[in-house]
Amino acid sequence: MTQSPVLDVKNLKTSFFSNDGEVPAVDDISFSVNKGEILGIVGESGCGKSVTSLSVMKLIPQPPGKIVSGEILLNGENLVHASEKRMRQIRGNEMAMIFQEPMTSLNPLFKIGDQLIEAIKIHNKGHKKVLAAKAVEMLKLVGLPRAESIMGEYPHQLSGGMRQRVMIAMALSCGPKLLIADEPTTALDVTIQAQILDLMKSLNKSLDTSIVMITHDLGVVAEMCQRVIVMYAGKVVEEASVYDIFKNPKHPYTIGLLQSVPDIRNKQERLYSIPGNVPKPGSVVSGCRFAARCVHVHSRCLAEDPPLYHAGGNESHTVRCFLHDSKEAVS
Amino acid sequence: MVSYTVRRLLSLIPVLLGLSLIVFFMIRAIPGDPAQIILGQLATKEAVAELTAQLGLDQPWYIQYFTYLSGLFTGDLGESIKTKTAISEEIWPYLAATLELSFCAIVIAIFFGVNAGIISAWYQNSWFDYIAMVLALIGVSMPIFWLGLMEQWIFAINLDWLPTSGREEVRDPVSAITNIYLIDTLIQGRFDQFIEVSKHLILPSVALATIPMAIIARITRSSMLEVMRSDFIRTARAKGLRMFWVVYKHSLKNAVIPVLTVIGLQTGLLLGGAILTETIFSWPGMGRYIYDAIGARDYPVIQSGILVIAFIFVMINLFVDLLYAAIDPRIKYN
Repeated sequence: MTQSPVLDVKNLKTSFFSNDGEVPAVDDISFSVNKGEILGIVGESGCGKSVTSLSVMKLIPQPPGKIVSGEILLNGENLVHASEKRMRQIRGNEMAMIFQEPMTSLNPLFKIGDQLIEAIKIHNKGHKKVLAAKAVEMLKLVGLPRAESIMGEYPHQLSGGMRQRVMIAMALSCGPKLLIADEPTTALDVTIQAQILDLMKSLNKSLDTSIVMITHDLGVVAEMCQRVIVMYAGKVVEEASVYDIFKNPKHPYTIGLLQSVPDIRNKQERLYSIPGNVPKPGSVVSGCRFAARCVHVHSRCLAEDPPLYHAGGNESHTVRCFLHDSKEAVS
Repeated sequence: MVSYTVRRLLSLIPVLLGLSLIVFFMIRAIPGDPAQIILGQLATKEAVAELTAQLGLDQPWYIQYFTYLSGLFTGDLGESIKTKTAISEEIWPYLAATLELSFCAIVIAIFFGVNAGIISAWYQNSWFDYIAMVLALIGVSMPIFWLGLMEQWIFAINLDWLPTSGREEVRDPVSAITNIYLIDTLIQGRFDQFIEVSKHLILPSVALATIPMAIIARITRSSMLEVMRSDFIRTARAKGLRMFWVVYKHSLKNAVIPVLTVIGLQTGLLLGGAILTETIFSWPGMGRYIYDAIGARDYPVIQSGILVIAFIFVMINLFVDLLYAAIDPRIKYN
């Protein structure tokens, strides 16, 4: 990994402020995405995945949210202190985002063509016809049949899968170097999910766009990603290559996650589930955030917050758990 | 769309029929006899009876009603008891005055109300939001006659910036063509008169605009707040779109339907409810026309005046309903 990463997030902390005080939704997380890479961010609902992605785009509703500290380096440029004007130049152009809900992510009152052309027009100059031709080209690129007639249709005339394709076309229309996909297939049915994932994978190859794939679906991770970050309650608990995560998971939470995936070869009566619930953000004051649900918990876990350790002598595999304390700490 | 419009227009007939019937009976329930009022307190019983017969008011109610109704179907609004002229001829100057005033008022109300609502939603919980919403609350609860009097006292009497009342400078009256003075003065190239007429319009339009403006501001704000939390607003921002366009294009178009409904209803209310404002500012409009007719028990004028206002009210709301479909492609009228 000698090449400089497209996105490098360092010690990012995003909090929400209410009358009850500060609630950190994302607490001191670091990760990087290399050129052409697909990075997976996995975790349960409420673990801070979406807040991470919105922080990177700087679309956290503010107030009540705020990036408290850390750095977000996009091609070396720190976005944390970038002006809103600079962010507008970056959004949609250097990095783009697609969302979980294709049904509601397009404006219902504007034609698909108008919304696509608008996205292109923000970052490109040119005659309306040229921009429209580009829009049609993008719709064809994402595999939509009868692209020309879709330009004149409204979102409610399209299915969920088609709308998500439109969203992808819109996101990629200005050739961003980074695409953040926040659970892009969660709201779609299974066959459409596979199509959308195939599409994203092929676009990742053909356009060399790096992708941050946020998901709670380990199947999607196995299918798509090269590297994976596992998040729990606003913290990164494990980071490894997709092979190591599935073959050799280290963190008790990751192990629990993998056990709770149904396996057709050994049919169980009941599916395994990790006991307990994700702690309410801000409720864990000291110690490991997973301690309350962990089968290996001991006194140290409750007293100290574990740092990230290298696991199994593997440089690129890190885990936030005292079980791996014999190895040298990373941070 | 066309068939929907036609159906809506046809449904106007029972609405207006019902209304004409209600008005017909209500005005006859007012104590006082038109003939007596015309002839005065000292008139003999015979003279009153003769005039009553002349006016056709001695007939049974259903004959009176059907005479009136058959006139309506031929476009005859009846004849004023007081002035003895056809109402269809004499009503237009009054109607034009009211239309001009209401139009100015609703333009003011929409412009300031919608923008205040948008900015309040955009900067929710900011000082602008708080001040605008307090003002809107004061606006809806303000008695209009008091506001009108205060305006006159401050801007006409103390500061002497604007005329107290009337539609035009009495020493230099506008020669009417369309009776909408802003248009008439421009057609005649009388820019001095145009400015004079505009000055006369300011105080009554502001007084009339206050309540609709406050209502529109509050509806716009709540509608915008709801829309601005939508996913597609986040998409628009993720494209790199300027916040101004996110708000005024993507959000406003989605938030506008409830606002339009209120605008339609308020415009209708302005047309009929301007009586107080027209009285305070001596505005020779429909409010004054009907008010004077009630005083004189001029039954045909009251009936037809209310019917005309009701007709305009219903037409405005039909127009608003058609606008919904033009704005939102998901709304289809079949």
